Amino acid sequence: MSASAALRIQSPAAWPVREKERTAAEAASLAALLSIRGLTLEYRTPERVVRATHRVSIDVFRGDRFVLLGPSGCGKSTLLKAVAGFIEPTEGAIHLEGRPARGPGPDRVVVFQEFDQLPPWKTVTENVVFPLLASRTLKRREAEERAAHYIDKVGLSQFAKVYPHELSGGMKQRVAIARALAMQPRILLMDEPFAALDALTRRKMQEELLALWEDVGFTLLFVTHSIEEALLVGNRIALLSPHPGRIRAEINSHAWDLGSLGCAGFQTASARIHALLFEQEHTGTVQ
Amino acid sequence: MSALHPPIRPEYERPLEPFEEQPVERALSLRQRLWQRGGLRKMLILIVLALLWEGIARWQNNELLLPTFSATAAALAEDLRSGELLVKMAISLSVLLKGYLLGIAAAFLITTLAVSTQTGRDFLSTLTAMFNPLPAIALLPLSLLWFGLGQVSLVFVLVHSVLWPLALNTYAGFLGVPDTLRMAGRNYGLKGFRYVFQILIPAALPSILSGLKIGWAFAWRTLIAAELVFGASSGKGGLGWYIFQNRNELFTDKVFAGLAMVIIVGLLVENLIFHSIERITVRRWGVQR
Repeated sequence: MSASAALRIQSPAAWPVREKERTAAEAASLAALLSIRGLTLEYRTPERVVRATHRVSIDVFRGDRFVLLGPSGCGKSTLLKAVAGFIEPTEGAIHLEGRPARGPGPDRVVVFQEFDQLPPWKTVTENVVFPLLASRTLKRREAEERAAHYIDKVGLSQFAKVYPHELSGGMKQRVAIARALAMQPRILLMDEPFAALDALTRRKMQEELLALWEDVGFTLLFVTHSIEEALLVGNRIALLSPHPGRIRAEINSHAWDLGSLGCAGFQTASARIHALLFEQEHTGTVQ
Repeated sequence: MSALHPPIRPEYERPLEPFEEQPVERALSLRQRLWQRGGLRKMLILIVLALLWEGIARWQNNELLLPTFSATAAALAEDLRSGELLVKMAISLSVLLKGYLLGIAAAFLITTLAVSTQTGRDFLSTLTAMFNPLPAIALLPLSLLWFGLGQVSLVFVLVHSVLWPLALNTYAGFLGVPDTLRMAGRNYGLKGFRYVFQILIPAALPSILSGLKIGWAFAWRTLIAAELVFGASSGKGGLGWYIFQNRNELFTDKVFAGLAMVIIVGLLVENLIFHSIERITVRRWGVQR
């Protein structure tokens, strides 16, 4: 109930004055693609039940590069897994294009941090083709054509027939990204995809991801614990506080890109986020 | 305060020419490459062992107790040529295959149960704990009592020798499939049998293959031992029977030839069949060295 009420507030009908000027397309682009309302997530250990996030609400719009940023223990990965459908919410709702998102599905493809997300028994091409066939999105011929297209986009055409164990970490993540993009999901979910890479490769991958976003155009929900990565990759950042994860702030970061790394504004934004995330530890007070 | 003051040195930059002094990659020498071939190294060991055997047997000079390597080889060649050994081997292998396949089917059934339900898990762990330490051959007397002197008794014992190690390995393999891979599979909407066959089984293949290998070795040993105990049914005996009969008639060279045949079949299956399967699967995928 509360979720649908919240949705109505987001819909253009809430602003009847300007409604007439809008075309249907504009109206559609105004509604959130992914809407999370009052989401509480819990997970169970053998001894206790742990509350990972508490009443989190965010809206991700079409074309967003939305970043979930927070220290470890803030439930950001759990939140992403809930959006992916691997975890049932304890409370609250997740809507994708107005429909409740329930269970894992190929409309929300995840790129994980771990390299073992690629089945080692499939070559690069087979890895990209696999989900297209498994989800019965395409027939083999079309799937192979589309796979070749996206493998080319991530620059791995030379390695199409190679098995994952022969690839470097960065290349494996590129395959995972190509695989996810080939599915043409409604939203692409990335769970610290570059955290296991070395610093130079990570920088290159961030650059390539932004280039892909310019080129292909997708909606991204990106989890990271790096303030710098959040500012670079995202256009909007939700800051989560730890134990349990709650939204501390939402910040715009569309102004920053790789060129602004050293500049003063970037440093200020970074310091601001740092203060927001860690003020409780420094001052010792509660909000 | 630190007392260390490294000197401040001038900086420099230098343009790098393309590297052409020598090729970046070099081929290994022929000797190094030959030595890397495991088959070749093992062959060398076999030759040394054969020479040792020949030497000891000649020194012992007692054909009844220890025939020479050459006499054994001659007996082996003769019975292979006459077809006797091949017939015995075919009989043994056909029984073995029945037991092996039945065992595999049962193992997959039990493992599927174990993966999907708590009761199945408990069932598997209790039964493997009970039957794994029990040599399958120890069930033969009981099996003979229940099923009579025939193939069925052998197959029953063989199923036992394959089932438990394979079920245990397969189950461990399923447990070892990384969470990320499971989530990736579910992400594409894979469920039920498609999930098992497209994610779990290939991901657990190294363990399944090692279970199949252990099961094969157990079954082969158990079968030969069982044939030694009760031999032939309706005049048709396998390799174990061949060994037993020749011992009774004191053809020790033929006993050795029979034993050699048991070893050769074991090696052939291990090296030709399992090795080939491993080469085109788990080794190629880089999940096993």
